[in-house]
Amino acid sequence: MSLRSLRYLVPAALFAVIAAFLLLGLKPGRDPKEIPSPLIGKPAPVFELPRLAQADAVWSPARMQGKVWLLNVWASWCVPCLAEHPVLLKLSREGTLPIVGLNYKDEPGAATAWLAKHGDPFLDVLADRNGRVGFDYGVYGVPETFLIDRAGVIRFKHVGPLTPDVVQSRLLPMIRDLSK
Amino acid sequence: MSISSLPPELPAQQAEALVRSERFRQLAAELRCLVCQNQTLADSSAELAADLRNEVLRQMAAGKNDEQIKAHLVARYGEFVLYRPTASAHNFALWAGPAVLAATGGLILWRLTRRRQALAASASQQTGDEAMLSRRLDELLDETDEPKKQNAPKGV
Repeated sequence: MSLRSLRYLVPAALFAVIAAFLLLGLKPGRDPKEIPSPLIGKPAPVFELPRLAQADAVWSPARMQGKVWLLNVWASWCVPCLAEHPVLLKLSREGTLPIVGLNYKDEPGAATAWLAKHGDPFLDVLADRNGRVGFDYGVYGVPETFLIDRAGVIRFKHVGPLTPDVVQSRLLPMIRDLSK
Repeated sequence: MSISSLPPELPAQQAEALVRSERFRQLAAELRCLVCQNQTLADSSAELAADLRNEVLRQMAAGKNDEQIKAHLVARYGEFVLYRPTASAHNFALWAGPAVLAATGGLILWRLTRRRQALAASASQQTGDEAMLSRRLDELLDETDEPKKQNAPKGV
């Protein structure tokens, strides 16, 4: 290639690369705050936590072995949790899959009152008062939702409120696949 | 960091000594807070940052080394928590990128200067030729001038 053509090709190629990255940044639905979880494809971390309703009964994810289920991290102090709540209630009402709530760094009294007021979509609610289980799941902003398969492997994680769109386009197809 | 936010399961004195240690200061400066993404654990006042600092303190108290503590956080939050990315295969572009760019730039610069030198050399050769031509022209002019001088009327 002659130098003369290089003089035009190099800036043009550079521009194309920069434009491609800028375009990628503008992609609709892209959330720059979303961090890919290293836990996707890994077994869900084991834990034992008391239930919100009966503080003496311990609960562990081993109970859900053989089921496709959702682990939803929420708190009564979390405002976006209120936004996704109708979505969870709908999934629960339609019996799509069992949803387990991880009540993250919350007061049990406030959490119980919140569920009584807004409705309870959860099969079980576990009290993670000091957030240690949340830490093991890499939780950095509630709400977060994990889809866990029959073998107890985390298949999908959603950070932020679940929307009907995320449920339709991402969650439901995966649930169908995993339930086969 | 306020004392009240120290992990309650550690003896207060031990926790305080750890917080003041140079090692904790360095670790907290190398780990990223995931809520306020452009701040380190040391800088951030977010609640999550306090939780993660406490986790680092707990791990230090448990006798873990720096690598183990970082691995502990990376396993949960991904490499994003590290301000200094690891030199692994999937980070290749990140580490090699600047070197590749510098090498490409250097190559272009080298070729450009070589071209310019070649141009300058041929230009100077051209001026050499021109000089020879003009000298020859002067000689020719001189030759034709000379008879004129001879023919010039004397005593003007």
